[in-house]
Amino acid sequence: MTPEPDRRTVILRIVVPVAVAAAGLALWEFLVAYYDVPRFVLPAPSAVWTSLVDDFAVLAGSWWLTVRITLEAYFLAVVGGVALAVLFSQSRLVELALFPYAVVLQVTPVVSIAPLVIIWVGLDHADRALLILAWVVAFFPILSNTTFGLRSVDHNLLNLFELYGATRWQVLTRLQLPSALPHLLAGMKISGGLALIGSVVAEFVAGSGTATGLAWRIVEAGNRLNIARMFAALILLSATGILIYLLLDRLEHLVLRRWHESVVRREN
Amino acid sequence: MSEASEGSALGPEHRGPPPLDGVLDEPLVTLSAVSKTYATGIQALDRVDLAIGDHEFISLIGPSGCGKSTLLRLIAGLGAPSAGSIRRPEGESRRDIGFVFQEPTLMPWATVAANVGLPLKLAGVAPGAIRPRVEEGLARVGLAGFARAFPRELSGGMKMRVSIARALITRPRVLLMDEPFSAIDEPTRFQLFDDLLGLWSKARWTVVFVTHSLFDSVYLSNRVVVMTPRPGRIYGDLAIDQPYPRDALFRTSPEFGDWARRVAALMTSAAEPAAS
Ligand SMILES: Nc1ncnc2c1ncn2[C@@H]1O[C@H](COP(=O)(O)OP(=O)(O)OP(=O)(O)O)[C@@H](O)[C@H]1O
Ligand SMILES: [Mg+2]
Repeated sequence: MTPEPDRRTVILRIVVPVAVAAAGLALWEFLVAYYDVPRFVLPAPSAVWTSLVDDFAVLAGSWWLTVRITLEAYFLAVVGGVALAVLFSQSRLVELALFPYAVVLQVTPVVSIAPLVIIWVGLDHADRALLILAWVVAFFPILSNTTFGLRSVDHNLLNLFELYGATRWQVLTRLQLPSALPHLLAGMKISGGLALIGSVVAEFVAGSGTATGLAWRIVEAGNRLNIARMFAALILLSATGILIYLLLDRLEHLVLRRWHESVVRREN
Repeated sequence: MSEASEGSALGPEHRGPPPLDGVLDEPLVTLSAVSKTYATGIQALDRVDLAIGDHEFISLIGPSGCGKSTLLRLIAGLGAPSAGSIRRPEGESRRDIGFVFQEPTLMPWATVAANVGLPLKLAGVAPGAIRPRVEEGLARVGLAGFARAFPRELSGGMKMRVSIARALITRPRVLLMDEPFSAIDEPTRFQLFDDLLGLWSKARWTVVFVTHSLFDSVYLSNRVVVMTPRPGRIYGDLAIDQPYPRDALFRTSPEFGDWARRVAALMTSAAEPAAS
């Protein structure tokens, strides 16, 4: 509970990666200058920074499109995944009927279904196609983790609820959903990254500049050999991914901190 | 029930529940030839006959794995016997049963207070009415200050006491307890024993109490039921005709030693292979 003992860990966790990054950037800057590497092969970090600042208006617009699609897909994946998992937990028949299709959706590489989805819905609404594809990628971990969590209820606790005449609704809301929460949160952490990956990959496949997210900026910059801008877009993508992860990690901590072994620091 | 008779200390003894207040009620729960074989093929119980009378305090004692927990679950109505029948009085509600599982079985995401109040919550009792009863129940098991703690912040014995408080909160008619005191230190245990006996003699409860401890069975109960090794059968049934209230004096008295010896002899002969 006290922050005192982990101050050192916190310092280490921040200082060490930052120092490594700084050293790496310095070395990179130096090597590019020393060997006189052409800008269209490998720009120096300073050039990437300049590009990031100069092209910010363009990049920010694309960034927002990518983020918007990611968030929408993620939101729908969480809502849909949890809803379907709850449905599965209530009806074995529905689970048997639908789960295989969820698996099929999951194991089919998104790249291979992207052209189809783009033809069906993406010709007029490119962002809608991207949304569907990102959703397909993000959906499964939520569904499977929540399904697993709803099922892994402590047997004795279930007996206890039964003993006290709990209704199905009470079992679901007071026992199954709380039991599933740690699993759901773990699934949400995986899906957060996947939603971003899904929206980027989908945009690559969609190509042709109908949707101008960060993926398109990377393709475009590559075509123009504007490698600095390509790096700038890449940095924005990574930063977004990291941010999503950190936010979800924080959420997990807040929700589970009082009771779950995975986040509680035991004092022993 | 047949006339109470003194059996030999080495053979099975069969005695009916002692009549209380001169009223011989019909049994609360009657098990007839109850067997249980799990899906794994393990036979846990073999033709168990047991009549649980009103206001009895029964100890169920037997070696590990002999089916005591299985029997208790069946009495509670959790799962069905593979053969035989269990009869309960008409109109008996499930909520009249309090159950203390062998493990604390607490919801890790809920506070101690929420765990203890769960049976009332599930029954739709208003939160305002639950709170005082939870406080009273926690005080009874010596956990007054821990209402807002989470189960993981408690020791094993404290968790078990939370579980006991939860079982008592509905003021059940039948209290089924599965080795509730094995993880609790002696002073606290004696305190809980005396509280339990106090509550038991006031209310017209029935307690069925699974234990490994010869000592606990003699001290607490008015009837000790001894089981054989798996598949569990009832081997002996011994009435402890010792008046309540029982206290520290009884624990150290020669009578106590006599009862303990007789239960021990029953347990020993129950464990012999020849007995089966
Ligand atoms: N859910 C189950 N599925 C399959 N077998 C079980 C199950 N529960 C218990 N058993 C088996 O039934 C037998 C009796 O188990 P039970 O838990 O009733 O014993 P017990 O007398 O309570 O033992 P202990 O004193 O160690 O708690 C054991 O051999 C056990 O392996
Ligand atoms: Mg047991």
